[in-house]
Amino acid sequence: MTASTTTIQRVKISEISQNRKIITGIVEIIVAIFIYVVFASKVASDAITTFVMTPGGITVGKMANWIVPSQLALIILAILSLLIGIFQIIKGFGKATNGVIGLVFLFFIFSFLTWQASGKSLNLAGMLSSAVQFAVPITLGAFSGILCERAGVVNIAIEGMMLMSAMLGSLMGSIFNSAWLGLLFGVTGAVLLAALHAVLSIKYKIDQIISGTVINIFSTGMTAFISQKFLQVYQELNNPPMLSRFEIPLLSKIPLAGPIFFNTNLFVYIMIALLIILQVALFSTRWGLRMRSVGEHPKAADTLGINVIKTRYMAVLLGGIVAGLAGAFYTIGSVGRFDEGMTGGKGFIGLAAMIFGNYNPVGALGAGILFGFADSLGTKLSLLGSSIPSELMSTAPYLITMIVLAGFVGKGHVPAADGVPYEKE
Amino acid sequence: MDKNENEKQDFGKLVLQEVTGESPKAKIQKRSVWQVIQIPFLAILTGLIIGAILIVATSQTVWTAFAESIWKGFSTAGKELGTAYWALAEGSLGNIVTQIKAVSSGDDAAIRAAFNPFLESLVQSTPYIFAGLACALGFRAGLFNIGVEGQLFMGGIFATYVGYSITGLPPYIHAPLAFLAGALGGAVWGMIPGLLKATTGGHEVINCIMMNYIAYRLTAFLLTGPMTRPSVAGMPLSPIIEKSAEIPQFFPSPIRFHLGFFIALGFAFLVWWILFKTTWGLNLRVVGANTRAAKYAGLNITKTTIIGMAMSGALAGMAGANEVLAVNHSMATSLSSGYGFDSIALALLGNSHPVGVILAAMLFGVLKNGATRMMVVSKIPIDIVTIIQALILIFVAAPPIIRAIYRLKAPKKEVATAVTLSGWGRNK
Repeated sequence: MTASTTTIQRVKISEISQNRKIITGIVEIIVAIFIYVVFASKVASDAITTFVMTPGGITVGKMANWIVPSQLALIILAILSLLIGIFQIIKGFGKATNGVIGLVFLFFIFSFLTWQASGKSLNLAGMLSSAVQFAVPITLGAFSGILCERAGVVNIAIEGMMLMSAMLGSLMGSIFNSAWLGLLFGVTGAVLLAALHAVLSIKYKIDQIISGTVINIFSTGMTAFISQKFLQVYQELNNPPMLSRFEIPLLSKIPLAGPIFFNTNLFVYIMIALLIILQVALFSTRWGLRMRSVGEHPKAADTLGINVIKTRYMAVLLGGIVAGLAGAFYTIGSVGRFDEGMTGGKGFIGLAAMIFGNYNPVGALGAGILFGFADSLGTKLSLLGSSIPSELMSTAPYLITMIVLAGFVGKGHVPAADGVPYEKE
Repeated sequence: MDKNENEKQDFGKLVLQEVTGESPKAKIQKRSVWQVIQIPFLAILTGLIIGAILIVATSQTVWTAFAESIWKGFSTAGKELGTAYWALAEGSLGNIVTQIKAVSSGDDAAIRAAFNPFLESLVQSTPYIFAGLACALGFRAGLFNIGVEGQLFMGGIFATYVGYSITGLPPYIHAPLAFLAGALGGAVWGMIPGLLKATTGGHEVINCIMMNYIAYRLTAFLLTGPMTRPSVAGMPLSPIIEKSAEIPQFFPSPIRFHLGFFIALGFAFLVWWILFKTTWGLNLRVVGANTRAAKYAGLNITKTTIIGMAMSGALAGMAGANEVLAVNHSMATSLSSGYGFDSIALALLGNSHPVGVILAAMLFGVLKNGATRMMVVSKIPIDIVTIIQALILIFVAAPPIIRAIYRLKAPKKEVATAVTLSGWGRNK
């Protein structure tokens, strides 16, 4: 039924991508029309939108403000989207389709901002900076998913692992008064849950989605229990020191990118480092090749002497470490205290980012930042006094996730043995 | 006629066979009652034991007692645990001594007061029955409806709206109308992931979870905006529904036992009848058990998936409508305390069979109602119930663990579970 039925039905894939090409193009044209009709025509013709390009409180790496005539900018964006849509229908962008969809989506957001902030000024750099912060747990969650699913284990327990790590990070960080120990304990907690998931789904072969759900339930209950029993009673147990932000010399002086990526907290650096490590390890090392072969065709991998079971255990445990980092970000990287259910479904959105990013670290980061941007929109717009209620605005990431999953952006390549327990004969 | 006589069996056995998913005609491998219930029973027992360990391990009085002497530590732990689980039992089933006294005194008010804890447990288990049925029906169709929570909220919203906006209807029209509106709300919310799965192959689990979050936000928006109660404008609270829309309660306040419990039982019967006695139910189960076979048999999988999700959502919506119309009489953002996740546990525990779901729902109602009392008496957070439920779920889903703990022999052939799910982004 979909493009993901890989090898067997090659012919069908091209048929469907023909359909998808047209649907994608039509959606892009609709976006263009929307930008023109809803945004451009409602803006006063002489209005000007000012985008501030330096995040607040930053002294190095300043950049001049962008001053844009609102209507002209909107019309140009509409025309660009229209051209992309037409080209998509006629010729298609092939492998770059997902990227182009992301681009049109960015046009849309940019138009939305230009419209909302016409006649006012908006700190775009601040928004990008917060988008990157919002993107950290999503992207790390996606990395965790990539690690597990490339080896053939579906992991929807990432959300629960993140929650556990956030709670332990806060509790242990407060007890030992050390953010680093908080991080260590948080990651350990997540790895323990990952081990449980591995045992349940690899050893006992229970349905991986059920196993993941059970772990999510367990983690929700456990963190709420500890939180009510200790964290809320003794406030000093919920006050961990945070990993403060530090500058990377030289790189932080790059305009725009410097303040956003190189003058921030450890977790953003971890995200960038993991991006490079994973991309190289997965696609250019023997280790990565083995792992992917276990996810694609475990039986063939087994005949070639690769230990399928061991590889899967390792992949899930590594995924647990990364999910732990994502969770610890909340308490010792961003908020500084634990609240019940504070991860708010970011683990699941991470999985959507993984799918959007084609099970690829680079793609996952792009998708993560896109989701992060949608997240930061809600908070920023309420400050601008937007007419759209913030509750409805905040549904945007969830809606986008659903659209992504609906295959509008294409599922790309799902590891063939994803979710299938391996039975040695 | 003779044959029919032979096939008549006592009702209990039939139910058990249904619960275990065995066809009544396959009598070759008879299993005793103990064999059928051993895994759920031991799973519940083990869950409670681990919960007890957790209660003791997080209690400061126990730790300080252990610091004094080991003996004192153990006796304090025992005392602490006794108080906690006694509170759990008393809060959920009532105090047997008071009950006997009340019955022998013959005083109406006293009897009602004595049995109120148990009736309240039934009140608590009512939404569990609806939600558990929703999930069970989904499982039977091979669908993992983890969106019960969101569907429940939409059911609540729809029921509330019909409940307060329409006036002047007689109760026998207004209440059913509001209830069905709730079912409709849930059905719509459930149908969307079904539609997406059937047409695009997007996995229902993530879509359902996203729909949950959208439902929360939408509810928060509606209850503070268009549907807010004017007297408390800004608070997330809806107007109170009309008297005519209420599902009647049987006894004067504070006893909240209401007709909804029996409606739930009625729907459980209906679900059982649809699943096991109609062609359509058979189709649903075939699609759930083996999509490929269903395809070759010429069944319409797209339609079954969509209707299956819609029906599952409708049942979840009824849970929300029930809470609004029978218990709260208005809608708040705190409508659900995690029924969505609990419903999965219920369906798994009851092996996706309506009778199993009812029993599991009663257990959860008792646990939840008792936990409220336990929280008051022993200061143990109510989330202990969630933890115990998750543990039970792990053990039910992975029987080898229970067998390893209690050194049970594995059956020759594993009983097929009613849960059949498709993998990730991939069609079966």
